[in-house]
Amino acid sequence: MTPSSKPRPTWGGVPLERRRILLGMAAIGGFLAVDLGAVAYAGGWIGTAHRLTPHIFIKAFEWVNGKQSGFRKNHAKGVAVAGYFDSNGNGREVSRAAVFRSGRTPVLGRFSLAGGNAHAADMAATARGLGLAFGFPGGAQWRTAMLNLPVFPDSSPQGFYDRLLASKPSPGTGKPDPEATAAFLAAHPETAKAMKIIGQSPPTPGFADSTFRSLNTFYFISESGSRTPVRWSLVPVTPPPPRTSSGPNALFDAVVRQIRSGPLQWKLMLTLGAPSDPLDDATLSWPADRRAIDAGTLTLTSIETERAGNARDINFDPLVLPPGIERSDDPLLSPRSAVYAASYRVRAREPKSAPAVNVDEVAL
Amino acid sequence: MSTEIKDTAAAATPSHKFTALSRMFHWLTAILIFAALLIGFTMVNWLAGYTDLRVIHMSVGALILLVVVLRIVNRVRHHPPAWPPTVGRLEGKAVILSERALYALLLAQPLVGWAMVSASGTPVRVFGVLRLPPIAPFNIDVFSVLREAHSILAYLLVAVVAAHVSAVLAHSIVLSDGMLRRMTFHIGRRERSKI
Repeated sequence: MTPSSKPRPTWGGVPLERRRILLGMAAIGGFLAVDLGAVAYAGGWIGTAHRLTPHIFIKAFEWVNGKQSGFRKNHAKGVAVAGYFDSNGNGREVSRAAVFRSGRTPVLGRFSLAGGNAHAADMAATARGLGLAFGFPGGAQWRTAMLNLPVFPDSSPQGFYDRLLASKPSPGTGKPDPEATAAFLAAHPETAKAMKIIGQSPPTPGFADSTFRSLNTFYFISESGSRTPVRWSLVPVTPPPPRTSSGPNALFDAVVRQIRSGPLQWKLMLTLGAPSDPLDDATLSWPADRRAIDAGTLTLTSIETERAGNARDINFDPLVLPPGIERSDDPLLSPRSAVYAASYRVRAREPKSAPAVNVDEVAL
Repeated sequence: MSTEIKDTAAAATPSHKFTALSRMFHWLTAILIFAALLIGFTMVNWLAGYTDLRVIHMSVGALILLVVVLRIVNRVRHHPPAWPPTVGRLEGKAVILSERALYALLLAQPLVGWAMVSASGTPVRVFGVLRLPPIAPFNIDVFSVLREAHSILAYLLVAVVAAHVSAVLAHSIVLSDGMLRRMTFHIGRRERSKI
C-alpha cells in the first residue's frame, strides 16, 4: 500500500494539500504573533522591565505604606469640603473658561495630607493638599490638586518615584533610612534645590491659613485665542485664629472646628508667567514680581467625613480642565493624570473602610 | 433566470461579494478597532502618552459606536452573500455566533467606555470639542464594574478578532475558497481568479 493510495483528508469537501496547510499555518501564525505580540507589548505584559508605568507607582505606594484598602494611594488621609467660587470676572482677561465669568460656581473639595498611609498622624511638616472640583459634575468642570508648598520637590516622574521609594520608613526607627535619603538627594539635585526653597517658607499652623498652589504651569486661553502661562494659588483671606488641637488628627480637627464656626475663604490668584520663566519645571519658582490677577473668592462652607458620593469618590485629576485652560509641557502632568486614574481604578474595586477623620467625632 | 450581469473577469460574481458599502464599513471598523485596542492598552501603561492617547482613544471609540450603529442598520437591510460551499453546517453555526459576538462587542465596548467615564463624574469630550452627555450616574461602584468590564471586553474583542481573522485566512489559503475575496476591493488588475 503506497501513501498516495490513502484517501486525502478533506475539509468542507475540499481535499487538503500539505503545501496549502503549511502556508495557511504560517499566515495565521504570523498574524497572531504580530497581533497578540502588539497587545502584549502595549498591555505591558512584555517589555516593561525598564519603564515606569502607573501600575509600578501603585505597587510602590503599597510597598511603602502597606495595603490601604479603598483609600487613595497617595494623599490617603483627608476630609471632604464643599462651597462655592465667586468670580469677579477679572480672570476673563486671560481665560475664556466659564468659571471666570462673573458669578458663582459650586465647588466640591478635599483637604488631605501627602502620603499613602490613610491613618498617619498629622504632622505640621507633611505637605497639605487641597483638591477642588469647580462645577462638578458638569461638562465644563475644572479640577485641581494643589499643595501648600512654594514649589514641587520633583521635576520628573522618575524623581517622584525615587523619592517615594526613599521615603519608606525603616522598621527600627519609623523614619526614612538616612542613607537612602542621601543617595536620593545626590541623584536628584533638582529636589535638593527645591527642598531649600520649601524650607524657606515654613508651614502655617493649619489648613485654613495655608496658601495652596497649582505648582505645575497651565496655559490659559483667552476669548481672542491668546495663550498665557499661568500658575494659580489660593491665598487665605483673614484666616480665623488657629484652634488648639492635639492628637493624631490635630490639623484636620482644627479645620473641622473652623468651618463649623464660619466659612473659610481664599482669593484665587492667577500668576502670569513670562516666556523666559520655567514653564515645564515645577521645582523652580517664578520671579516674585510676576503680575497676579485676583480672579475671585473661594468660600468653603461645609465639611464632612469622606463617604460614598462626596469628594471621596472624585479623582482630582489635574487634567480635567474646562475649555479655556490647557496643560503645559510640564512632564509631570500626564503621569499625574495616569497614576491618579490607576489609583482611582484600584481603590474603586477595593473594600472600603472607615476613614481616620470622622467629622462627627470632633468635639465642639 | 437571473438578469444579473456576470463579471466574467472575476471569479466572485457580484452576488458572492458584500456590497461596496458593507465592505467599506468592514474595513473602516477593522482599522478603528485595531487602533482603539492598541491605543487603549498602550495608554494605561505609558505615563507620558496617557493624556493625549486618552483623547484619541475616546474619539476613536465614539467613531466606532457611530459606525457600528450604521453597520447594524446596513446588516439588517442587506443580506450578506452566501458562504463558500466549504462552510459546513457546524462551522456555519460558529460563523453566525462569532458574527453576532463581534457586533455585540463592538456595540457594547464604546458604550461601556462612555458610561464608565460618566460614572466617574468626568466630562466626556471627544475630538477636542464635542461634549457627550453623561449616560451613567456619578457612582464609584458603578464606575468600578464598568471599568473592569471595559478591560474584559477588550480582551474578548482581541480573542474574537483573532479567531475571525484566523478563520478567514484558513479558508482563503488552505482551502482557496475565496472567503476573503468576498470582502476585498479589486484595485487594478483582476487576474487572480482562484476559487
